[in-house]
Amino acid sequence: MIGFLRGVGNRSLDRVAGVGRATLVLTAALWKVPRLSDVPLIVKQIYNVGVLSLVIVVLSAFCIGAVLALQFHTQLGKFGAQDAVGVGLALVLLRELGPVVTALLFAGRAGSAITAEIGLMKTTEQLSSMEMMGVDPLHRIVAPRLWAGFVSLPLLTAIFNVVAIYGGMIVAVEWMGGDQGRFWSGIQAEVDIWDDIGKGVVKSIAFAVVVTWIAVFQGYDTEPTPEGIGLATTRTVVVSSVMVLAIDFLLTLSMYGDFK
Amino acid sequence: MLMRTVEISTGAFVLAGTLALIFLAVRISGVNLTADRSSYTVMARFNDVAGLQTRAKVSIAGVTVGRVAAIDVDMEYGEAIVSMELKGSGGVLSMDTGAQILTEGILGARYINLLPGADEETLSDGDVIEDTQGAMVLENLIGDLVTRLGAS
Repeated sequence: MIGFLRGVGNRSLDRVAGVGRATLVLTAALWKVPRLSDVPLIVKQIYNVGVLSLVIVVLSAFCIGAVLALQFHTQLGKFGAQDAVGVGLALVLLRELGPVVTALLFAGRAGSAITAEIGLMKTTEQLSSMEMMGVDPLHRIVAPRLWAGFVSLPLLTAIFNVVAIYGGMIVAVEWMGGDQGRFWSGIQAEVDIWDDIGKGVVKSIAFAVVVTWIAVFQGYDTEPTPEGIGLATTRTVVVSSVMVLAIDFLLTLSMYGDFK
Repeated sequence: MLMRTVEISTGAFVLAGTLALIFLAVRISGVNLTADRSSYTVMARFNDVAGLQTRAKVSIAGVTVGRVAAIDVDMEYGEAIVSMELKGSGGVLSMDTGAQILTEGILGARYINLLPGADEETLSDGDVIEDTQGAMVLENLIGDLVTRLGAS
């Protein structure tokens, strides 16, 4: 019995210590404000996490936009309100689906890659050899990936939204025979630049911080074994997906709390 | 050479992302950067606004000329005070302009329709429209009908 309690206590303390280490890594890495000479490093990482995620983001965006338009069209068609397809599509994408789905894809595509890469560096003791050479791995390895993530995810989200709205328009207008003018004017009349677009961007920035932070920390904190890398990568995807959904709920609650 | 490809594709990605943001702002939210942004506010008191929302459109003869900026209530008289933001600089609509609350289609949103009058004097910023007709509330209409049928 005592042993069991001791085990529970130990595990809880491990968790708390993990949160503490994660915070320390984040602050230590962000404390190193990027200098002009760090720009090539960040560019390389934006390529890794942003450009290489483009294909999956664009493909998913198109399909999600098309499916949403299809569902809206059939359901709204029952009331003869097909003209509202554009508005529904744009609001759902800008407020919720755009930031959330892009963040989930980003966690799966880029987050896991970051964790695996840093984890392998740690396992093969590249990080400690860097330290021995007097190069700070937090500055050289961790910080550029953090900044690249912060920049890439909001941009990916914007691209996702645009592609998804076009995908929806192709279904609603070209295929289902809706009116193009009504589609766009409906969107323009209802969408507000701050309330819908601005708050979506704020969400995507929050998700960018959370996902890259978790990915980088899991890699940095890997148990230096092949099994450890696998566990850390899985944990990155699982933890950041859950965190994104939980934070999305809280953000929606605080931003759009006065639902009418 | 490889580094250059990386740089070019990263640059293209950042540009595409920024363009997407601008596209969202301009095309989707319909913000017009070049248009004349001047506007003036006119108030109107209604006995009932039933479901009118802020940002609802204000139109003349079906053409949108502004938006509802705020809806307040006058506790003392039990009336709603609607502030409307109209495009332009005032001095066009006559003082005896009427305002009525209508519904777009059968399930559509409420909006305000302005009926220009013939007065020489014109409305300017902060003026109040006197001649108003509130929203039709279905319950009141049915109540009215029932009383009239009972009377005849």
